[in-house]
Amino acid sequence: MILTVLHKTRYDFATPVGGIIQSLRLTPARCEGQKVLDWRVEVPGAVMGELFRDGAGDYIQTASLRSVTDHVEVTVSGTIETQDTAGVLRGHRERVPPRAYLRHTPRTAPNRAIRELCEAALADLAGAGDLDRAHALASAVHKALPYTPGATHAHTTAAEAMNEGAGVCQDHAQVLIACAHLAGLPARYVSGYLNATEDGSPHEASHAWAEIFIGGLGWVGFDASNETCPNEHYIRLGSGVDAQDAAPIRGLVLGGAEETLDVTVVIEAQQQ
Amino acid sequence: MAETYFNEMYDANGLRAPYRGLEGWYQDMPTEFRAFKQAEAEELFRRFGITFAVYGEGGDPDRLIPFDMFPRVFAADEWRRLERGIKQRARALNAFLSDVYDRGEIIRAGRIPADLVYRNEAYEIAVSGFRPPLGIYSHIVGIDLVRTGADQFYVLEDNCRTPSGVSYMLENREVMMRMFPHLFQENRVAPVDNYARLLKRTMASVAPAKCDRDPNIVILTPGHFNSAYYEHSFLADLMGVELVEGQDLFVEGDFCWMRTTEGPKKVDVIYRRIDDAFLDPLCFRPDSALGVPGLMNVYRSGGVTICSAPGAGVADDKAIYTFVPEMVRFYLGEAPILENVPTWQCARPDELKYVQENLSDLVVKEVHGSGGYGMLVGPKADKATIETFAAKLAENPSNYIAQPTLALSTCPTFVEEGIAPRHVDLRPYCLVGRDVELVPGGLTRVALTEGSLVVNSSQGGGVKDTWVIAEE
Repeated sequence: MILTVLHKTRYDFATPVGGIIQSLRLTPARCEGQKVLDWRVEVPGAVMGELFRDGAGDYIQTASLRSVTDHVEVTVSGTIETQDTAGVLRGHRERVPPRAYLRHTPRTAPNRAIRELCEAALADLAGAGDLDRAHALASAVHKALPYTPGATHAHTTAAEAMNEGAGVCQDHAQVLIACAHLAGLPARYVSGYLNATEDGSPHEASHAWAEIFIGGLGWVGFDASNETCPNEHYIRLGSGVDAQDAAPIRGLVLGGAEETLDVTVVIEAQQQ
Repeated sequence: MAETYFNEMYDANGLRAPYRGLEGWYQDMPTEFRAFKQAEAEELFRRFGITFAVYGEGGDPDRLIPFDMFPRVFAADEWRRLERGIKQRARALNAFLSDVYDRGEIIRAGRIPADLVYRNEAYEIAVSGFRPPLGIYSHIVGIDLVRTGADQFYVLEDNCRTPSGVSYMLENREVMMRMFPHLFQENRVAPVDNYARLLKRTMASVAPAKCDRDPNIVILTPGHFNSAYYEHSFLADLMGVELVEGQDLFVEGDFCWMRTTEGPKKVDVIYRRIDDAFLDPLCFRPDSALGVPGLMNVYRSGGVTICSAPGAGVADDKAIYTFVPEMVRFYLGEAPILENVPTWQCARPDELKYVQENLSDLVVKEVHGSGGYGMLVGPKADKATIETFAAKLAENPSNYIAQPTLALSTCPTFVEEGIAPRHVDLRPYCLVGRDVELVPGGLTRVALTEGSLVVNSSQGGGVKDTWVIAEE
């Protein structure tokens, strides 16, 4: 499938600011099932650092501006050819040992509700393989947290989302990571894009899911929001231990002023 | 007190050789003169501004740590062995760090449990797979040692991040030389004052490959409210480098820059005295105002060297400590010269059981604790204290390790009544760059309270000048 992406993030400032610096994780991962045909990350007026690959295999780049009068816009535009790998991450060069992803962060720390969810999901699976257990956890998270935009916010933790009983893809991913850790499975957060319409029409498409390490298979994606594994409709950008760590854009405004953020992501499947 | 402790000045045969040059000095010293000298020493320390707490113990930053004028002395041959042991350990710790952020051979070989390393809070995923210049992570290794006999030394702990206290080593010597110049004419005391030069050379040797000139080195401090700020500014002065705070630096493109009146100046090596978590709000704690946003990207793309390397803390965790002798054997193929203190991991049920049954004989410490806080010194604790501690231990065993109470050596120390033996430890500072170097000396801490084995300044400890008698 050939997908085109246009992702714009615009920051507007009420008064001029002393500068902006951002760490951008906006270039698709190099792995089986993803072939970049054309990809651009642009921040007009910014000094861009070289694109480097970190130990987790993510492409990262720094963008900075010394002063900004009223706005900054980060534009990602590109075309990528994708294939279904049944969620399995293959051909991805990374050097972080999977077991390093067994540690939770404040955002993925389990609470009692998550422990109970995990236990219930695995109750009938004694002796089952890790892949089956991971699927069971993803389904349980899907059922426990009905997709409800607005129920949670950017800083909501897995425990808070569980208490809320609702969430969006970020919450699903973080709760699933917490569950996987409880089950002894390394797990991490993945940021990316999702083409979610059958007819290929453009729509809002920022997405996130979890990857769980399965012995014998390696890292496998689990999208608890849609109760599926990532397929050719997914574009994988990069990963981290939680939503904050894997954020496509981590930035800081120096001499902070009031800021309004506007994000639009449009993804489109090309007619073949 | 029964003389069961090794006295570094007098043993069964009388005066030990390294202390020969001091015998007449203190015996002939009139009481008034001593009081006068002690006051002079305090005045000098106040003037130098050394009033900070050692080893991040917190406490009153303006409090003066007591200085004891009686030097602690090592003979040349004693020091030679210590030096070999310290350098060996510093090399092994760096080899371990370089390995666990790369292929993890020691874990694959089953010599260290994977979870102890990879699930350790100090293991930084952000630098996994990244190799810093020369593969060195800990450029200044502070190794805390105690002595229990003529030839018996034990390592209490390793400090691979940013060990503090070296300014005391330098100032204690400076003060002693000013007050008692004749002692240094009569005794061949090996100098320590080239430490700053060696430190600078060490840092220059790990400049990034992209640096094609004399590297610009800076010391990054959290600021003047930090208890070790004096040391940061003292070292910057001695090294002839800039002392900066996070806000003095910025990232642009592939490099880190320092704001100066003549415009931005590229920075090549950062000797940071702030913790990993605060280094870069775009990589670690987003609320950190102490660090430099974007720094980790520059670091990981080879634009700047950070000393110690982010992630170095995984080597000095108290749970990892047990395995350092194994690291020496595994990476260097050598027998460890310095011994570890036997340590029980309370995380292991059988070892916990032993600890619980022998609390009154053991020292029990928190795995991540420091500064002598939150620990139980069994032989010195009353029944109630032991019971309270036992409850805490049972609640979270994996948070604790236990060690036997060591018979720390004593060194003569000036006390109210004259001279008396007091227990001491030692922290030497080993530098690791292209070369591994150690100045002959270190920081000796002394427990000033009679019978006390706790040398921490927060609990009545003081410091001494540490001499190594130069080779004939």
